[in-house]
Amino acid sequence: MSEEVIRLEAIQRVFQVGDQMVHALNDIDLAIEAGEYVSVMGPSGSGKSTLLNLIALLDQPNAGRYRLNGKDVTELSDRELAKVRRENIGFVFQFFHLIPRLSAAENIEMPLVLAGVPPARRSRLVAEAIQAFGLVDRARHRPDQLSGGQRQRVAIGRATIMQPSVLLADEPTGNLDRASGVEIIDLLEALNDTGVTLIIVTHDPALGGRAGRRLEMIDGRIIRDHHASG
Amino acid sequence: MLPGDILHSSAKAIGAQPMRSSLILIAMAIGVAAVIVLTTLGESTRQYITGEFAALGSNLLIVLPGRSETTGGQPPLLGETPRDLTLDDALALQRSRRIEQVAPITVGSAPVSWRGLEREVSIIGSTASLKSIRHLDIVQGRFLPATAPDRAVPVCVIGQKVREELFGKVRALGQWLRIGDRRFRVIGILAPRGQSIGVDFDDIVIIPVASAQALFDAPGLFRVLAEAKSWDSMLAAAAEIHQIIQARHEGEDDVTVITQDSVIATFDRILLALTLAVAGIAAISLAVAGILIMNVMLVSVSQRTAEIGLLKALGAEPGQLRLLFLTEAGLLSLLGAGLGVCLGLGTVWLLQRMYPALPMVTPAWALFAAVAISLGTGLLFGVLPAGKAAGLDPVQALSRR
Repeated sequence: MSEEVIRLEAIQRVFQVGDQMVHALNDIDLAIEAGEYVSVMGPSGSGKSTLLNLIALLDQPNAGRYRLNGKDVTELSDRELAKVRRENIGFVFQFFHLIPRLSAAENIEMPLVLAGVPPARRSRLVAEAIQAFGLVDRARHRPDQLSGGQRQRVAIGRATIMQPSVLLADEPTGNLDRASGVEIIDLLEALNDTGVTLIIVTHDPALGGRAGRRLEMIDGRIIRDHHASG
Repeated sequence: MLPGDILHSSAKAIGAQPMRSSLILIAMAIGVAAVIVLTTLGESTRQYITGEFAALGSNLLIVLPGRSETTGGQPPLLGETPRDLTLDDALALQRSRRIEQVAPITVGSAPVSWRGLEREVSIIGSTASLKSIRHLDIVQGRFLPATAPDRAVPVCVIGQKVREELFGKVRALGQWLRIGDRRFRVIGILAPRGQSIGVDFDDIVIIPVASAQALFDAPGLFRVLAEAKSWDSMLAAAAEIHQIIQARHEGEDDVTVITQDSVIATFDRILLALTLAVAGIAAISLAVAGILIMNVMLVSVSQRTAEIGLLKALGAEPGQLRLLFLTEAGLLSLLGAGLGVCLGLGTVWLLQRMYPALPMVTPAWALFAAVAISLGTGLLFGVLPAGKAAGLDPVQALSRR
């Protein structure tokens, strides 16, 4: 039995839309162990993105507790949250979210810069990442000079440069052609094989089906938690 | 984040929007340049005027007939005082231990003619001491002779303009001038000098004081210039002047003594206040530039919402984002200030070329203050946008594409 990375207890997240209260997350209990490969599926508005944002510490629950690596992160200040997020979580977005005026290498370097890592160590880590993600001849290109697949590889490089224990991906192939999508999923799965906990939000059943554990959400609840055998 | 990285990414953000950045730079530069040029003009005028007064001789005491408490402004006119200041009073002052020399002065204006050419000219009646007290230079001949002051010798010293207008190319020295109904022989010509505290020494005729009293038929003196032996004995000399005059005027102290120092100090204060006021007005343009910075930075924060959200998602602390935007505002205003200093000094240089008569002095404090104020406004008006960036909700910021 490996250790628990993420533990959510009775999580509530309520949004006010007009004069109606919408339960984006309704009483969620979830535990994810280190190295697990989890997919979250469900129709639009089922709360899967909200769940991912909450795990990423980008959003705060209205009620309930959240433990990350055994530490209660429910009531941290913005500053502490930033630090925990920086050191524990990598996030890959559907729309890549690269900074347009920075080169691929500089985009990958950004979390290290924010963490105050000295430049010498930084350039070594970035060079390794560029090598590992096959971006050697693209390192100096700006995002608008890269293909979608290359952009997402830069984004993954950026998400993993701090060697987080958890890698979150929100529709990582949603904006890619099929070939690039498969390539990205292979890359994410390869990372998962090295022990990183991987959580992917998707509405593509073929993609979700590859995960070792599949969560299905509807109306802010997890209605199915399926562990694939083998 | 390391300080170097903060500077680097702020500089990059500035470079990414050249239009917006150059607009801010121009606004800031104009403000800073305005402060520098205006304070330079004010300060130069102040130094020029105090320098003019200092040229009169710093040990100078001016004795005016009539009692007045003022230390500046127009002296009381002749006849306002019950008792005139007389030539004998002036000679009595001469005998004081503390006074080096005395020049009695009467002024008036009279028609001056030579061979049918006539001009109305200011006439000064004085003694030989006037030359050294007012630092006058003679280009031809000599100044008034050092004879007894009460002797009405018929000689005169003329200014450059009088010489040109009346004699033209004819040699003026030794000619007989008619002033009013008397004749005077030209014995000296003053060096060109121009205006000096209200007196145009080029358009003037200087004659012995006794001759002037006879000419204008007035026994009273316009004023007496006295030079103290040393700068330290100025106050003692002024007190002694009062004593001597009181003794001679039946116990009544009815003269005013102005020290050169107090005049300089008064002008100095007035002009410094003027300089500061003008600089203050210019500083308003800096505040305007600051508000422009705020507007543009706010727009910048809105435009970069997604980027800020991303930085937050990557683990940027609110303090880091605040610092990033403040650094950007600070860098912009520093660059603008640097540009403004160049622009201001360039304008001062141009003005100096156009008006060489006024020596331009840019006070160091003005440079420092202009740069400090622009940096201050930049940071002050950067606080609001920076706070807005730091407070953005990452989920909402990221969902806006």
